[in-house]
Amino acid sequence: MRKRSITWSLLLSAAVVFAFSAACWAQVTQYDEEQRMNMESHIGKLTGHATAGEPLYRRFCIGCHGPIGDGEGENAQWIDPKPRNFTLGIFKCRSTPTGTLPTDEDLYDTIGRGLVNSNMPRWFPLSDQDRADLIAYVKHFSPRFAKEKPGSVLQIPPEPPVTEERVKAGQEVFRHTECWKCHGVTGRANGPSADTLTDDFNRPIKPFNFHDGTRFKCGETDRDLYRIFMTGLDSTPMPSFADNLKPEEAWDLVMYLRSLQPMNTPEKAIAKKLGLKPINPNAAAQPQTK
Amino acid sequence: MPSFARGSIAAALFAVCIVLGCAPSSFAIPAFARKYGLPCSACHEAWPKLNVFGQTFKDNGYQLMNDRDSPIWQNPSYWPVAFRNTPNWHRESVNRVAVDVPAGLAEQKIITHGFDLSGMDVLSGGTLYNNISFLLVPSMENTGEFGLESAWVRFDNLLKSPWVNFKFGKFELDNVISEKRIMNLSNLGGAYQIYHFIPAGDSNAFGQLGDNQLGMEWMGHSKNDRSRLSAALLSSNDGSVNLPNANSYAGFFTASQAFDTGKLGVDRFGAYAMFGQAPTFTLNQLGNPFLAVGNKNFSREGAFGLFYLKKLDFSLFFQHGSDNPYLGLSLASNQPLPAGAQSPTWNGGFVETHYTVNPQLIFIQRDEFIRMSKQALPTLPSSLGDVDAYTFSFRWYPIMFSRAGFAIEPEYSLMRQQGMAPVTGTSLSSSSAFIGFDFDF
Repeated sequence: MRKRSITWSLLLSAAVVFAFSAACWAQVTQYDEEQRMNMESHIGKLTGHATAGEPLYRRFCIGCHGPIGDGEGENAQWIDPKPRNFTLGIFKCRSTPTGTLPTDEDLYDTIGRGLVNSNMPRWFPLSDQDRADLIAYVKHFSPRFAKEKPGSVLQIPPEPPVTEERVKAGQEVFRHTECWKCHGVTGRANGPSADTLTDDFNRPIKPFNFHDGTRFKCGETDRDLYRIFMTGLDSTPMPSFADNLKPEEAWDLVMYLRSLQPMNTPEKAIAKKLGLKPINPNAAAQPQTK
Repeated sequence: MPSFARGSIAAALFAVCIVLGCAPSSFAIPAFARKYGLPCSACHEAWPKLNVFGQTFKDNGYQLMNDRDSPIWQNPSYWPVAFRNTPNWHRESVNRVAVDVPAGLAEQKIITHGFDLSGMDVLSGGTLYNNISFLLVPSMENTGEFGLESAWVRFDNLLKSPWVNFKFGKFELDNVISEKRIMNLSNLGGAYQIYHFIPAGDSNAFGQLGDNQLGMEWMGHSKNDRSRLSAALLSSNDGSVNLPNANSYAGFFTASQAFDTGKLGVDRFGAYAMFGQAPTFTLNQLGNPFLAVGNKNFSREGAFGLFYLKKLDFSLFFQHGSDNPYLGLSLASNQPLPAGAQSPTWNGGFVETHYTVNPQLIFIQRDEFIRMSKQALPTLPSSLGDVDAYTFSFRWYPIMFSRAGFAIEPEYSLMRQQGMAPVTGTSLSSSSAFIGFDFDF
């Protein structure tokens, strides 16, 4: 009898402790949520507020990104590539070094621009203020934004003039940095590694096909292209080449990649004039000769 | 109160609570949402009313411009079709209806009410390829009569410019305040009176902004859709096929500019004009009309605005209209005009207010007025045909999943038309009470 009462006492105590812990955890979560709802975004003279962004998020974004921003909205199952999980605070399109948080302007530009080859449309018909408010609400999902500052913005030197030498040099950069392994020797996304690529969540992912369309994942200008491979696309196999390429080499690569795209560019005219042949992957393994 | 009554009320309240409590937070969509995986609230303030993003989507030719607009991106099982229907109960009241009495005709107040059905729209739209879009709307009246409400093809972004888009077929005029997306459904409230107004005794049914018309349209807009321009050349057939009025045309022109007003929203104002000719009589063959002739001019012009104050918004519309005296008097143009005949002219418009609590609940009210400024004959009462109307409703979307929409809409509308009582010529007052279950999927 006494043993049974001790057992019951222990069970009751455990239940009280559990309930108390749960209540504290709930309070902390509630407190965290309230703190995060104070999140702001700053884009130029605009200040966005998470509280104002919430109804906008529920109107426009929740179907794909989900009510808690984890990328598990009701339409997510039908979408490829999958919607971004905001709770991780990891973003592809940044002007900041790999592994760091993007700036508010980066997120603002992404919303306005949309993401090519995905279901993310261009939201630029929304008012500037609405987009700023949405950014604040998107940030509120991840504790990283409360604890960390965005990385320092990549400085992009002025674009040099397009020359034959630079286009040729760009092709050499394409070869020795092994871009071809994923993007293919002609940039058609058919490199030897292309079919094996996965993102950080182990989902298959395709490299960019430079012959398909004029827009890139994170923009469409030469500067955007420069920024993409100098910052990398976080959570994808596309690394940052900031430590591997000098700025002039990066511009050379931009010019070569422009020669691959399906539009009339000065780079394409130069490549045609030079009779530029696709790189030879086997030669790529050979030591360079002077 | 008897205990069984209290029990019944409690049970009813409980049932309502269950229904409300179980209603999932949801987002709509038929065909376009299925294609893009976006909630209906992305394009609609509350469907069917478009928001600024939805208007841009429409102006881009039902394209998001995200490289996935061509149907080649769709699963082959995707079918770009949606259906819409509204079972309802309604009550109609008219204070003066002509009825037969032994002495001839007399007026009597008539009230009718009961359960009813709307017609059914089959909404098929989207893209045939990148920058080639279409809309096909076979529509069935609730009596079973079938017709093509819309049928057009549009070439979008020609010359890679959003300013060059051409549409051919039968389409809604480029009204930013779209009657096809009206939030009300009752007999009186389900149409903008000024979009269909014709003065008393006028025969010109061809200047109606609310009816879909046959023709071609050029439309252009800025990339973010803040600036819009369009011009359409239309057959003056009021959308009827087989060229009943073979040789008459009308033009419709509109321009508008939107402004980003910060936290208030995106406000827009614009102007429009419709000029055209319409026939006044027919040539007959063996007693059957075969060609409408005797064209005379008509015009409709005015301004409109969409103004947002956060959750509150106002749709303002104004029109000045004028018909040729022959049209105004329903007189064949090969006949002499009576002495003093003149072009009937009028002014009218409406203010529609919405309070969008959230994409699942919206309150709507609308004031409409039309005032004749000049009758076709000066001897006619100056107020003959004047219209006043008021509508109040709300739409609640209790269950609106990502692939279908459902709305419950209670509505009440009133209208008074001066001098239109059929026997006494006094004012005619009508009202509609309506509750509809509007669904599309």
